[in-house]
Amino acid sequence: MNKTLKKYFPLFVLPTLVAFTIGFIIPFAEGIYLSFCKFTTVNNAQWVGISNYITALKDETFLHSFWFTVAFTVVSTISINLLAFVVALVLTRGIKGTNIFRTVFFLPNLIGGIVLGYIWQILINCVLSLVEQPLLSLNTPAGYWGLIILMAWQQVGYMMIIYIAGLQNVSPDLLEAAAIDGANSWQTLIKIKLPMVMSSVTICLFLTLTNSFKLFDQNLSLTGGEPNHATEMLALNIYNTFYARAGAQWKGIGQAKAVIFFIVVVVIALVQLRATRSKEVQQ
Amino acid sequence: MSNAKSRQGLNMFFTVLLTVLAVLYVYPAFMILINSFKVETAISTSTVFQLPTADTFAGLANYVAAVVSQGFLQSFFYSAFITVSAVALILLCCSMCAWYITRVDNPFCKAIYYLCVFSMVVPFQMVMFTLAQTADGIKLNNPYNICIIYLGFGAGLAVFMFCGFAKTIPLEIEEAATIDGCNPVQTYGLVVLPILKPTLISVAILQAMWVWNDYLLPTLVLDIRQYRTIPMLIQYFRGSYGRVEMGPMMACIMLTILPIIVFYLACQKYIIEGVVAGAVKG
Repeated sequence: MNKTLKKYFPLFVLPTLVAFTIGFIIPFAEGIYLSFCKFTTVNNAQWVGISNYITALKDETFLHSFWFTVAFTVVSTISINLLAFVVALVLTRGIKGTNIFRTVFFLPNLIGGIVLGYIWQILINCVLSLVEQPLLSLNTPAGYWGLIILMAWQQVGYMMIIYIAGLQNVSPDLLEAAAIDGANSWQTLIKIKLPMVMSSVTICLFLTLTNSFKLFDQNLSLTGGEPNHATEMLALNIYNTFYARAGAQWKGIGQAKAVIFFIVVVVIALVQLRATRSKEVQQ
Repeated sequence: MSNAKSRQGLNMFFTVLLTVLAVLYVYPAFMILINSFKVETAISTSTVFQLPTADTFAGLANYVAAVVSQGFLQSFFYSAFITVSAVALILLCCSMCAWYITRVDNPFCKAIYYLCVFSMVVPFQMVMFTLAQTADGIKLNNPYNICIIYLGFGAGLAVFMFCGFAKTIPLEIEEAATIDGCNPVQTYGLVVLPILKPTLISVAILQAMWVWNDYLLPTLVLDIRQYRTIPMLIQYFRGSYGRVEMGPMMACIMLTILPIIVFYLACQKYIIEGVVAGAVKG
C-alpha cells in the first residue's frame, strides 16, 4: 500500500507543497534575510547587518505600539474569556431561547474586521458627540476602549461556542457524585467544571491572545492609529513603516520589526500553551 | 420544592439578562440598517438614533447609489469568485496532501507537517512584503489565480486539521480497497474522501470565513485600481474620498452583511460544528 502510494507523490503532495513554498516558505526565508538589508524591492537588497534592528528598537512609535498592544491584549483576553465563560455557563443551564441567544452572540464573528470597525466607528463617534467628548480621531482613551469593546463584541461568541462544547462534555456522573457529596453550585463550578474544561480554556486563551496581539483590520478601520499613532498597534505600526513612510531605509526597518513581532508572538504562544496545558486533567 | 422554584426564578433572571444583552448585540447592525434608509442630510450625530421619518426617508436610493456608482456588484463577484476558488483548491489539495503524509510516514513528510503547524503561528506582517513581491513576480496578482496564494497560506490549518482526522481512519478499510483493485487515486476518491466529509465541511467553513473577510492579503497582492474585493471596497470608500457619503456607505455595509447573515442562518449547524472541530484539533 505504502509503496504504491509513494509513487503518487507528484499528484498528492506536490500541488500543496509548491503553493506552500510560494506562499509561505520563500517569503518567510526572504523576510528573515531582508531584515538585515536595505531595500525597496526584493531585487536591490544591500546587506547592512543588524542596524535595522537597532533603529527599530529605538523607534518611539514602535515601542509605544508595543506597550499599547500589550495593554490591549491583557485586558481584552481577560474580558473576552470571562464573559464567554459566564455566558456559556448560563447557556448550558437549559433556559428558554438558548438556541436564539447562541445564534445572536456568534453572529458578529462572521462579519469581517474592516466592516465591524466602521460600524463601531460610526456608533462610538455618535455616542461621543452626544456626551460632548472629542471624537475617536482625537481621543486616545476612547480609541483604546473602543477597540476592547469591538474585540469583545466579535470574539465572545466564538469562545462561547468552544466553552459550551467543553461544558457539555463534562460527565453527568461527576456532577451527580458532587451533588451527593453535598457540593454547592460554586464548589461544583470551581472543583469540577473548571478543571474539566481546562483544554477549552487553553484553546480559547491561545486564540484570544494571538488574535489580539496580531490585530490589524479592526485597528485600521476603527481608529487608523489616530490620534498621531497613539492607538496604533504592532501590526499596523509595521504596515505603516512599510507603506506609509518615505525613504529607502524604512522597508528594511519594517521587516526587522516584523521579525521581532514574529518572535514575540511565538514566545507568547509557547509560554501560554505550556502554562495552561500543565493544568489540564487527563480524561 | 423551594429549590426548584429558586432555580426557576434564577433561570427567568438569566433569560431577561441575556435578552438585554442580545438586543445590545444586534443594535449596531440595526443602527446601520435604519440609517441606510435616510437621506444624506438627515444622517447627523444628533439624529442617528432616530428612525427615519417621512421627511428623511430615502427609500432605496442609497442602495441604488452603492450598487451603481461604487461597483458593489463587481466587488461582490470578485470576493465570491476568490472565496469559492480558494476554498475548493484548499479542500482538494490539502486533503490529498494530508492523507499522503499521514500514510507515508517518512522524515520528509514529518517535516512538511511541522512546517504547516509552524506556519499557523507566523503573523502575516512577517511575510506580507515578500509575499506581495513574489506574487507580482510570478503573475499571481489577479482575482483568477490569487487562489494559489491562498492555498499556500491556508495550507497550514487545513493540512493540520485533515491530518488530525486522517489518523483516525482505520487502515483496514483502505487495505480492503487496495485488495479489491483500487489504485491510490481511487482509494482516495471512493473511500477516504467520503469518510473525511465532516472535516471537509469544517475546513471549508473556517477557510471561507477567513478568505471572504480577508483585507490585507488582497490589498497587497491585487491592483486596487482594477480589482476590489468587498473589504477593499469598504476601506477604499472611506480612505480616498474627501467627504464620505454616509448613506451609500451604510447601504454598502448592509449589502455586505446580509448575504453573510443569510448564509449563517442557513448553515448554522455546520458553522458551529466547524468552529468546535477547528478548536478541538487546534
